[in-house]
Amino acid sequence: MKKLLPFLASLLVLAFSSFIMLRPVAEAGYQVGDKAADFKLKNVDGKLMSLADNKAAKGYIVVFTCNTCPYAKAYEQRIIDLNTKYAPQGYPVVAINPNDPATVPGDSFAEMQKRAREKKYTFPYLQDETQQVARQYGATRTPHLYVLTRQGADFVVSYIGAIDDNSEDAKLVKTKYLENAMTELVAGKPASVSSTKAIGCTIKWKKA
Amino acid sequence: MHRLKFIALLAGLLLTAAAHAQQVQVIKLPELQKRLARPTDTTYVVNFWATWCGPCVKELPHFDKLTTTYKNQKVKVLLVSMDYASQLDKKVKPFVAKNALKSEVVLLNETDPNLYLAKIDPKWTGSLPFTLLLNNARRKRLTFEQEFTAEELQKQLQAFMQ
Repeated sequence: MKKLLPFLASLLVLAFSSFIMLRPVAEAGYQVGDKAADFKLKNVDGKLMSLADNKAAKGYIVVFTCNTCPYAKAYEQRIIDLNTKYAPQGYPVVAINPNDPATVPGDSFAEMQKRAREKKYTFPYLQDETQQVARQYGATRTPHLYVLTRQGADFVVSYIGAIDDNSEDAKLVKTKYLENAMTELVAGKPASVSSTKAIGCTIKWKKA
Repeated sequence: MHRLKFIALLAGLLLTAAAHAQQVQVIKLPELQKRLARPTDTTYVVNFWATWCGPCVKELPHFDKLTTTYKNQKVKVLLVSMDYASQLDKKVKPFVAKNALKSEVVLLNETDPNLYLAKIDPKWTGSLPFTLLLNNARRKRLTFEQEFTAEELQKQLQAFMQ
């Protein structure tokens, strides 16, 4: 018993320290399978939008994007096309601009409105003014995609990552990572490739 | 006459610029992996950047300066351009010439980041700039998915080399 006590104590310390070590991972944002918290962000039409607003949505394709990043621009038409394809199936696109307009004037609310008008966005384009949502999701770059699926009262993160394997030329794409995942998710199955990586512009965080 | 002189001057300037211009080698992932795996006691400062990336362009001079500052030490700066290979002559080479970069510049010619990012470093989520400090002989490796000021970079490198 005397020998067991220190052993148990060290086990406890070990368990506790591994708990502490896990914390930063949780803070680094959502993983596939996590519940996504709802938000209330201003759309380019001036109205506030939440995930809960659209009662018919089976899920959302949430994309952190912006006006100014060349990669975001390269994917802009493909994002518009995703909404055309998946909104009728119950998974509309929600675009969120997380960039600090003080750092990037081209990402101001007025410029966002202009861009949405010019490119005839068929989906909401929200400003993440406090950058809280991007931090919560763990978005690091634009574009950065998260597919959410409705499970009961919750939205669950079901895919994170890239749209496809060729940012430069949509015509040369071989693997459509997001669409492959969507095919499975729409059918009520988990995505077999649920996490992919892509290059993008770093999110312009507010200076502390 | 003045015009002729001006043209001659311009031509001279262009020639000088061309003479200083760095080669930019276009490489594939296995070549980059090979370079990053050299078992030597050299500290590699590897900066992944692109001409279109604002923060990268801003911090690039700090990295290039290390090549001069650490000339007499076992430090090697490698600037890996993530521009598209199609932009080599249009964007990358003119950029390298204009900024008179002294460090080695290569262009990574790969199209699918989902396949290569993790092979460069599992921690890299894909945003630029991205920086690697590594010394294979000492089994040391640090990653930074962030922008650097000159001071921060100096501090990190000095701490890394101790």
